[in-house]
Amino acid sequence: MKNDIILSGVGGQGILSIAAAIGLAAVENKLHLKQSEVHGMSQRGGDVQSHFRLSDKPVASDLIPLGKADLIISVEPMEALRYLPWLSLNGWLVTNSSPYINIPDYPPVEDLLSEIRKIKNHIIIDAETIAREAGSARAGNIVVLGAASPFISVPFNSLENSVKKLFMRKGEEIVGINIRALRAGRTFTESN
Amino acid sequence: MNRKLLLGDEAIAQAGIDSGMSGMYAYPGTPSTEIMEYVQSSASAAELNIHREWSANEKTAMEAALGMSYTGKRAMVAMKHVGLNVAADAFINSALTGVNGGLVVVSADDPSMHSSQNEQDSRFYAKFAFVPCFEPTNQQEAYDMVFDAFELSEKYNTPVLLRITTRLAHSRSAVELKRDRVPLKPLLLPADPLQFVLLPSLARKKYRALLESYETLRYDARIAKYNVFRDGKKRELGIIACGIAYNYLIENTGEGELDFPVLHIAAYPFPGDIVKDIVSRCRELLVLEEGYPVIEELMRGYLDSGKRIMGKLDGTIRRDGEMTPAVVAKALGMPVAEGIDVPAGVRLRPPSFCRGCGHIDMFNALIEAIRPFGPGRVFSDIGCYTLGALPPYNAINSCVDMGASVTMAVGAADAGLFPSVAVIGDSTFTHSGMTGLLDAVNKKSPVTIIISDNSATGMTGGQKSQATGHLEKIVAGIGVDPQHIRLMVPLRKNHEENVRIMKEEFEYRGVSVVIASRECIQTASQRKKSGTSD
Repeated sequence: MKNDIILSGVGGQGILSIAAAIGLAAVENKLHLKQSEVHGMSQRGGDVQSHFRLSDKPVASDLIPLGKADLIISVEPMEALRYLPWLSLNGWLVTNSSPYINIPDYPPVEDLLSEIRKIKNHIIIDAETIAREAGSARAGNIVVLGAASPFISVPFNSLENSVKKLFMRKGEEIVGINIRALRAGRTFTESN
Repeated sequence: MNRKLLLGDEAIAQAGIDSGMSGMYAYPGTPSTEIMEYVQSSASAAELNIHREWSANEKTAMEAALGMSYTGKRAMVAMKHVGLNVAADAFINSALTGVNGGLVVVSADDPSMHSSQNEQDSRFYAKFAFVPCFEPTNQQEAYDMVFDAFELSEKYNTPVLLRITTRLAHSRSAVELKRDRVPLKPLLLPADPLQFVLLPSLARKKYRALLESYETLRYDARIAKYNVFRDGKKRELGIIACGIAYNYLIENTGEGELDFPVLHIAAYPFPGDIVKDIVSRCRELLVLEEGYPVIEELMRGYLDSGKRIMGKLDGTIRRDGEMTPAVVAKALGMPVAEGIDVPAGVRLRPPSFCRGCGHIDMFNALIEAIRPFGPGRVFSDIGCYTLGALPPYNAINSCVDMGASVTMAVGAADAGLFPSVAVIGDSTFTHSGMTGLLDAVNKKSPVTIIISDNSATGMTGGQKSQATGHLEKIVAGIGVDPQHIRLMVPLRKNHEENVRIMKEEFEYRGVSVVIASRECIQTASQRKKSGTSD
C-alpha cells in the first residue's frame, strides 16, 4: 500500500493541521510516513504545499515524484490546480471552492472551477459554509480533510482520534466543532 | 521503543538533548529555526536546565558555544547556511583551537532558495576549515549522527559540522530514540591553559596538528559506517550518491532491484580508496549530490582524463536548485511520469505582507516622504520588510546580507548620494546593523536609518528580538544625536505626521535614526490567543 498526498493552500490556511491529523492517524496505524512542509517566507500569504507519503513499507524520498500523487487535498481552488503535474491520471482532487484572493490578478473563480471539473476524479466542496454549520468557519480545513478522507489509507475513526488530540487543549467545544466538520466533509463526499 | 514523529530539525534537537549537550545556541534562519524552537519547548531540556536562548547573531552563537565547549561541556550551535558566513571567523578558528567539551555546528543549506539569498554548500566550509562533516540521509540518521558527531568531536578535539538541506530540515518522519541518554558533562577546564590561545607561534603548531588529525580521522569508524558501498552485477554504471540524493535514487530504482554498484556518502572526509574502488569497477560514473558538485569536482580534478563522469559539471544534472525524484530519474535515463499541465489561468502567489502589518504603514510614509528626492536611494535588508521591493510598493533598492542596508547607505553617502536611506528591522539591526551605525556616527555620514521595529524576528516566526525594550538606548549609546532619534508608530492615522518626520530627517545632513515601532501582528495575535501579557 502506498498513499501519496499533496496538501495545498495559502500560508495561514491551516494545511499543516491537516497534515498533523493524517500524521497522527498514520502513527496510530503503524504506517511509515514522510511529510515535507514549507516553512519560512512563503508562509506569509504565499502558496504553500506539503508532500505527504504514507506506506506500509519504508518511504525513500521526502518528495512525491511527478505524476505519482494519489490525492491532492486543497483548501483553495487555484492552489488545487498548481500541483496537477504531481497528480496521477487516476488520482483524486479534493478542493474547497472558496477562493483566497490576496493578489491583484486573481482569475475568475468560475474559470478555476471549470478547470477542476476537467479532472476525472474531483470533489469540490464549499468548506466554509459547511464549517459554519458545524460551528465555526475556521474549521474549513477540517471539512476538506473529511471530504478527502475516503481516499486516505487510514480508518476514519483514526482521523477522528487525531482531530480530538489536535484540538484537545483548546477545549471540548472546539473539539466538537472540528469533529462535526470532519464528519460533515466525509458525508458530503459519500453522498456525491 | 520510543518513536517520535519529528522534522529533520527536531530530530537533531532531540539528539542534542539526548546526547548530553549543556547548551544550544542559534540565531533564527530558515530552514534551521526549528532546531532551537524544539529545544526551547522541550520539557526534558527544561528539566536538564540546558541553555536555550537565542543569540544576537550566528557569530555570537558560535562563540558562545565554543566558550561552553571550553568548560568541558557539550554544546550545539545551529544556523542557516548564510549564517555560517557570519560565524565563519569563529568557526574556522575553532578548528585550530580545538574543543574541550564536544562541539557540533549545524548548518542548514537552502538549495532552490526557498527562503534565502543564495545556494551555498556548507560542505565547502567543512573542507575549508579541516572539520569533519556529516550529511544525514533521513531523520533517523540525523538523530543518530549527532551522537557520533559529539564523540568524534571529543576524540579528535575538533568541532564537527552537521550539514542538512531544506528537504530534510522540514520533512517529518518517525525517529526511534534508541540511545541511552548521555549525562551532562561536568565543568572541567582545558588541561592546557593555552589551548585556546591562537598567537601565531602557537597557531602554527596547532595548524600542523590539525592537518595531521584531519588525515587520521577519515579512517575513524564513525565516518566509515556512514559511507556505504554496495556492489552490483552490472558494470556499465557506478553511482555515487551523497546524503538525501540517495533517497531520490532509491525512489526511482527501488531498494532491492538496483543492480549497479552504489557508493552512498554521508560523512566527510572519507578515504579516497572508497571512490577509487567504485571507479575501478565501473565503465561510467554518475554523481548525485544536493548543492555544489563537491565530490564530482574532486573526482574530475584538472586532469579529467579518466572515465566518463556524469553529474552537474557535464550538464547531466542542472547546477542550480534542489534534487528531486525527477532530476535523478532523468539522470538515470528513466522515464518521468507526466501529470497534468498547470492550467494557464493559475497565477503566481508570492508571499505578501500580512493584513494590518506595521511595515506597510512605514513603507507608505517612506514612499511619500522620499518621492521629492527621486528613486533609487533606499537600501534595505533581510526580513519581512524585504517584500517592500515588490509591487505595489517598489520601495527598496537592495537586500544583500544581514546589516548591509546601513553600511551600503553609508558607502553611497560617501559617494555623494543624498539623501541616502536604510530600512532595517529591529532584529536585523542588532544582528549586524549596530557596527555599521557606529561607522556612520564616527564619520558623520548624512544617512537616515529607518528601523522598522516589530519587536520580533518576524520572518522566521516571531522569535524574540534582541532589540526589544532597548532599541532607543542602543542607538543613543552608539552616539546618534538624541534630536535625530525620532520615534513613530506606523499606523494609518499617523501617516501625515510620519511623512513629515521622515522628510525632516532626510533633509538633515548627519546621522539620523527613525524608529517606527508597532508589534508584529502575528506575534500580537499569538500573544492574545495564549493570554500572556509579556
